[in-house]
Order: sequence, then structure tokens, then C-alpha cells
Amino acid sequence: MIQDTSRPTGPKDTPADPPMVVARHVRKRFGHLEVLRGIDLEVRRGEVVVILGPSGSGKSTFLRCINHLERIDAGSIHVEGQLIGFRQAGGRVHHLRPREITRQRRDIGMVFQHFNLFPHQTALENVMEAPTGVLRVPKAEARKAATQLLTRVGLADKAACYPRQLSGGQQQRVAIARALAMEPKLMLFDEPTSALDPELVGEVLASMRDLAREGLTMLVVTHEVGFAKEVADRVVFMDGGQILESGRPQDVLDNPTHPRTRAFLRRFL
Amino acid sequence: MSTTHHPTVRGDASEAEHPPGAVPAVDVAGAAPVRHPLRWLSVLILAVLGTQLGHFLVTNPHFEWGTVGSYLGAQVIGQGIATTVELTAIAMLIGIAGGVLVAVGRMSDNRVLSSVCGAYVWFFRGVPVLVQLVFWYNLSALLPRISFGIPFGPEFASWHTNALITPLLAAILGLGLNEAAYMAEIVRGGLLGVDPGQTEAASALGMGRARLLRRVILPQAMRFIIPPTGSQVINMLKATSLVSVIALADLLYTVQSIYNRTFETIPLLIVACLWYLIMTSVLYVGQSFIERHYARGATRHAPQSFWSFALFRRAPAAERDATVSKEETR
Repeated sequence: MIQDTSRPTGPKDTPADPPMVVARHVRKRFGHLEVLRGIDLEVRRGEVVVILGPSGSGKSTFLRCINHLERIDAGSIHVEGQLIGFRQAGGRVHHLRPREITRQRRDIGMVFQHFNLFPHQTALENVMEAPTGVLRVPKAEARKAATQLLTRVGLADKAACYPRQLSGGQQQRVAIARALAMEPKLMLFDEPTSALDPELVGEVLASMRDLAREGLTMLVVTHEVGFAKEVADRVVFMDGGQILESGRPQDVLDNPTHPRTRAFLRRFL
Repeated sequence: MSTTHHPTVRGDASEAEHPPGAVPAVDVAGAAPVRHPLRWLSVLILAVLGTQLGHFLVTNPHFEWGTVGSYLGAQVIGQGIATTVELTAIAMLIGIAGGVLVAVGRMSDNRVLSSVCGAYVWFFRGVPVLVQLVFWYNLSALLPRISFGIPFGPEFASWHTNALITPLLAAILGLGLNEAAYMAEIVRGGLLGVDPGQTEAASALGMGRARLLRRVILPQAMRFIIPPTGSQVINMLKATSLVSVIALADLLYTVQSIYNRTFETIPLLIVACLWYLIMTSVLYVGQSFIERHYARGATRHAPQSFWSFALFRRAPAAERDATVSKEETR
């Protein structure tokens, strides 16, 4: 019997496997403002987790902590069993050196709200930059892989274009291809459609949906409730630096238990 | 009576043909252009002044154009030019290298380092370069001997300052260290001008700091750094003429030493002017090519062709529009 045909994704591991991301009691403050007040979250291999929440709820900050773009003040984040940003030695925790942090980021891809493509490089060069520069992949090989990635996001004909010659949706798809070029085990999406015209949102979500189907582990911060409903294995609702609710999309989105979640979702109905 | 049924006629007959609120039929094609009599007047005035200048240049015997021509390619002038170019190049290299170091130092998290670099900029920008040149030249009055050794400990080697600081070295130190202060601010401005999102994106891809700076930040910062650096090079070329006060035989000092002997002051100064103009023109064109290189991806337009760029021509309007519409339909 086929179960749940609407959900082709789903965790690719058995519950006994260790989770890919483990965040425990994560705290972060900017000056006097405590933006993360004890976040606990686990993401399993192949799982797609969508984080919803109002502006200023700390969801983007939490995402940026996972690849150590922000340094956490307390708690811990493990990705694939590796402590992010710190190491334990002699019964103490030490900060990692910049070089070691750089090493950890290679396996975690990230897509930004404002794309952040390198404007002085063509779409193809953007995708090739990290594999050739960081992983020392030979140029010809990287070019082949980059062309395949651009084809995958439907932009093979735009390989020679500079980012400014592309629409927002096309730029974001190049940015996705660029992140995939490092063959990350985990992809972080930080409001990938928030800076786009409404008519361009669909093409980016379609690319993300394809990735989810292929079994990539994804953590997505977004305001697209429809995307969450269709693609997510789990939806997490954050507000005031805390996770208020977490569960299957049909439970959190259709029958929210927390009044804050209900108030937030009412805007999308 | 029938007259009571006539509509009231207001204004002229043509207006009466239209119902109220309607617009008369007009075609603006072939409209007469606006006249600009003041433009024609200004052109006339400039033409008179230009003719006067030409007449002055040709008829005034004190220019001694023949003398100018005979010195323009003279070997002794060539030596002066060589010194000027050499001094510009070395001082600019010191300025750029020092400027990058001071800029990176100023942006460092290390408070002591950034304050020291800030103080360097403050000092060298605050003292006139002519004073600095004379100061370096007279360093022996302050410091008769320069020695190398352990601070407050034994010396390994020591030199007479006068033997070490030649006029050439004084000029290089004075111009180069002063330039480094200005270049530091230009480089710092360029680095700050790059969107911080670029650093984040490159970091998230696992790029190390050196690679990030070399491949992502600097190529973009160069767009902000090149134009002011170009004017710094031109300024430097002209500022080298200050070294004539410390008896270094640059272009200006060379022509001065000739006209002090022959009293052909004006023709020789014109020779100097012409050579300075030729050199700055070469630099200007060179700068344009470098800027073009770093403008990759900066505009939505396709790059202009080589010669239309070199001759400062704009792309024909039809071609520009075609490029834009092609891009927008993508």
C-alpha cells in the first residue's frame, strides 16, 4: 500500500541513526537583545524542515548559527556529529580557528535572501568558483559539473550572463546551483523568495521542490506557507527567540495549538 | 421661436465643433524646435576668444617655437623625463603597497594596530609634502648616523646619514610615505564599499580569508579604487616636480638648469608643460583601459567596442536600446 502520495520526500534514515543537525539550548544575544532563547531542534537525514515565524523571531539568526556565520553564546550545534564553531579538548571547550570554521562550512550550503551572487563573475563562474578554488577540482571538470547544475535549475542558456543581466528568480536559481556545487550534506535557505516579485517566486520554489524530492536535507526559513504545506516533512514555528510549536505540516498549519501560531497563520488564509 | 433652440456659441468656431471636455486633433510630428539664441551668442564669443588665443600663440615672438622644437626631443630633457617617470613609479609602488598595508591595519580588530595606522594617516596627510621632502633631505641635521642593531643594545652596522639619504632616496621616501597615507584611505574606502553579503556568501561556500579577499572582495573593490588611484598617479607625476627643491634632476629641474644658463625661460617651460601633458594623457588612457577591465558585470549593457571606448564615444542610441530590450525580454 502506498502511503501519503502527496509527500514524496521524508527522512531517508531509520530512527536509530543519529540526526544530521542537533541544536541544544542555543542562545544568542546582540547587545541587550536576546534573539535566541534556548532553541532545541533536530533535523534527520533527508528531512525538509520549514521554519515559520514573524519578523524578528530569530529564525534567520538561528539558520546563520548553523554554519557559524553567527557565533552562539550558549548551548551547542552539531552537524553530522561535529560540534560547529568549537572543539572540546582537555575537559574544556575552545573556539575553533578561522581555518577550521572554513573547513566545517564546506559541507553546509546556504542560499540568501538577496542572492549574494558575485557580480563580477558570470553565472557559470559563480558556480565554478568554490569547487575550483576550495576543493581544487580541475577547471574542465568543474565547468562540466557547473553546466549540469545550471541545467538542473533550468538556466543552461544563461551560463554566460552576469548576475545583473538576470531576473531575481534566475539569480536565486544560480545561487542555489552555486551552493549545490560544493555537494553539501545540508542546505540552509534563508528567506530565498522574500526579495522576489510574486510572479518569480514560483520558479525558485520549483527548484527547491526538486531538491527536496531528490532527498537533500533542507532547513528552510520562509514565509511561503503553501510551500511548507506541500514540501515540508516538519514545520517549526518560532517567535521571540523560541520554538513554540513543531510537528507535521498538516498539524501545525491546519490545527495550530499555540495562540501565537494561530494569530500568525490567520494572515495567510 | 427657433432661435431659442440654438446652442450658445462661446469662443471661436473650431472650439464650438467639439462637445465640452473633448480634445482637438493635433499631431506633434514636425513641431518647430525651441530656439536658443543665447547658445549662439556664447558660441560666437568663444570663437572670438579662440581666434584671439590662436593669434597670440602664433604671432607672439617670445614663445620662440623654434627653440621649443629644438629642446622637445633633446637628450638632456629625456634624462629629466626618465627621472620623473622613475620617481613616479617607485613612489607610487611604495604608496600602493604601503597603502594596502595601512588600510588593512586600520580595519584590523587589533585596537593598537588600527590606532597606529590611523595616526600614520593623520600625520602624513597633515604635513605638506614639500615640507616632508625638505625634512628627509635634511635628516642628517637631526640624526647624523643611522645604525642597525638590537634596540637599546649593541649595533651591528652604522652609516653616515648624508651618505645614505641621497636626494633620490629623500625624494622616494618623502613622496612614497606621503602617498601611502592617501592610498590607505582610498583602499579602505574601496574595501568598505563592497556589500557585506559578498563576504557571507563566500564564507558560506567555505572560502578562506585570503581567497575571499583575492577572488571576491578585491575585484569588486577595484572598481572603487581605480579612479581615485588614477588621479593619484597623475598627481604624483606632477608632484615629482617638487623634488627640484632638493636638487634632483627631474624634468622641471632639468629645464630650470638650462634656462638659468641660456635665459630661454618661456620656451623651456613650454617644453616641460608639453611633456607633462603628454605623460598625463598616456596615464589617462591607461586608466580607462584598467577601469574597463574591472567594470565586468557592473552594468546591464554589453561592453562598448575597443575604439568607441578609447575615443570616448557613446554607443549609438539605437544599438543601446536594442541591447536593453533584448536583455529585458530574457
